[in-house]
Amino acid sequence: MSLTTSAPASPRKRLLENPPHWTTVLALIVLLAIIAMALFAPQLAHFEPTKLNAMMRLKPADETYWMGTDSFGRDLYSRVVYGARVSLLVGAGVAVGAIVIGLPLGLLAGWFRGLDAVLMRAMDGLMAIPGILLAIAIVALTKAGLTTVIIAIMLPEIPQVVRLVRARVLATRSETFVEAAVLLGTRPMRIIWRHLLPSTIAPLIVQGTYIYASAILTEAALSFLGVGIGTETPTWGNIMAEGRLYFAMNPWLVYWPAIVLSLCILSINLLGDALRDRLDPKMKGRS
Amino acid sequence: MLTYFLRRLLMAIPVMFFVAVFVFLLLRLTPGDPAQAIAGDQASLDQLEQIRETLGLNEPLSVQFLTWIGNMAQGDFGRSLISDRPVLEMIGQRLGPTVALALVAMGLTLIIALPMGVLAAWRHGGMTDRLVMAVSVIGFSVPIFVIGYILIGIFAVNLRWFPVQGYKALADGLWPFVHRIFLPGLALASIYIALISRMTRASMLEVLREDYVRTARAKGLPESLVLFRHALRNAAIPILTVVGTGFAMMISGVVVTETVFNIPGLGRLVVDAVLARDYPLIQAIILLTAGTYVLINLLIDLSYALTDPRIRYQ
Repeated sequence: MSLTTSAPASPRKRLLENPPHWTTVLALIVLLAIIAMALFAPQLAHFEPTKLNAMMRLKPADETYWMGTDSFGRDLYSRVVYGARVSLLVGAGVAVGAIVIGLPLGLLAGWFRGLDAVLMRAMDGLMAIPGILLAIAIVALTKAGLTTVIIAIMLPEIPQVVRLVRARVLATRSETFVEAAVLLGTRPMRIIWRHLLPSTIAPLIVQGTYIYASAILTEAALSFLGVGIGTETPTWGNIMAEGRLYFAMNPWLVYWPAIVLSLCILSINLLGDALRDRLDPKMKGRS
Repeated sequence: MLTYFLRRLLMAIPVMFFVAVFVFLLLRLTPGDPAQAIAGDQASLDQLEQIRETLGLNEPLSVQFLTWIGNMAQGDFGRSLISDRPVLEMIGQRLGPTVALALVAMGLTLIIALPMGVLAAWRHGGMTDRLVMAVSVIGFSVPIFVIGYILIGIFAVNLRWFPVQGYKALADGLWPFVHRIFLPGLALASIYIALISRMTRASMLEVLREDYVRTARAKGLPESLVLFRHALRNAAIPILTVVGTGFAMMISGVVVTETVFNIPGLGRLVVDAVLARDYPLIQAIILLTAGTYVLINLLIDLSYALTDPRIRYQ
């Protein structure tokens, strides 16, 4: 870099000078493909995902049934394509919900020291409950619909967001510009909004991607255990749960949804890592 | 030392209090009638009334909460709605397989993840490092039940080295126990290996820059001794912390692993309790696992204080 360029490079120029790693590009392609799968499921699927066909039970893969059929004669490929919808929807709902609830709590805990002690002990309490057990308990008490599953997975993710935002606020509040604002008599709400909130955005975007990936994983686990969204809606988890009874006969009933599920989570995690390296270069190559 | 110990113990009390509040409110704040939710749609009015009576749902909330806490303090965690047995007894019977599974997974993790992390930090930026990071990302992303089925598919169905499913207690002999618990242990360890190898690498990278590591090398100590005696020991605290916070992850993993490998432990008990809507049982399991989590993290904190005098005086 020459010393004469004083103005910061435009984001586009920076991206060109520092191209993303090939794994990041690959991850983006995979994720876009899965999003396309969810959006265009009716066009991409060969059959209705719930269409039964007693004549076609447990068929191996061929030109019509790309991934074979399950024990009810349903087309596995069509079911896997439709399964993308639930996963992506739950992931988005959980990530957005956890941030919408966790962000204000974290801002308040970081600024109002009296509130901090109580709120953080409450968050410690919530963190002590294993996420999947809490989700299972909530689903057990209510009817397992999409909203219930989203709330059940979201609750255990909130403490992570609160802790992250609070840590950022604690770091920023000792900066000179914040102290100056306090001395000028700026109201706390305005300081939080104008000076503290912006510093939390970059780490929240990164955290949001990780929450997205982990929510997809938890949803699949709940469906797999039979306590997720009902089996009338195909999800990668419940396709695997039904397929596992025939695992010894045809392991692909389990492997296909497992592969797509794993690729989906892997690509989101890789994108999260890439985002983190861009937004916070100090972290590059560390943990 | 004693002051530190007491202060740390006092901090655990509000945490457990909040755990109890969350679990308590979960049943009471759920929209609709909790008794109805537990009994299902076909329940008669008598059954509903009986459930309300058993759970004390007719009392005011504050009375319910205090009675509940008081009973637990006396070791009474309630009775199962299905079998009418004390839930603590049911949990005790299923504890063995789960503890065995968790310990095996923990052991495998330490054997695999520590050397992985140390090597990656030692060869920072090289092929080994990138390989370790790749394994770690994959371990985070591939769900335990997927890894479980891949292991079953390869090592049990195709190669026939291990039985597909099942569990034998250690009391039935060492070989039957090891033979059945190795694959589930490895599956459960996968996410922990990802977590701990990453943490070990990050922590080692910090420590390897320290002066005492250079001194150790300069005085001609063998590299393995420098890495494992001097560096790893000093890198241990962040790794231990992750072992503690990862415990909640381990419990979630146990539920799934036990289902995949058909192990009659706590995880299966939870899933069965949910399907039967046996709420007192679910509630007790959540409280006890959360309590164990708080206890483990307390013990880890205390172990720092024992090994590192700087922490005691903070």
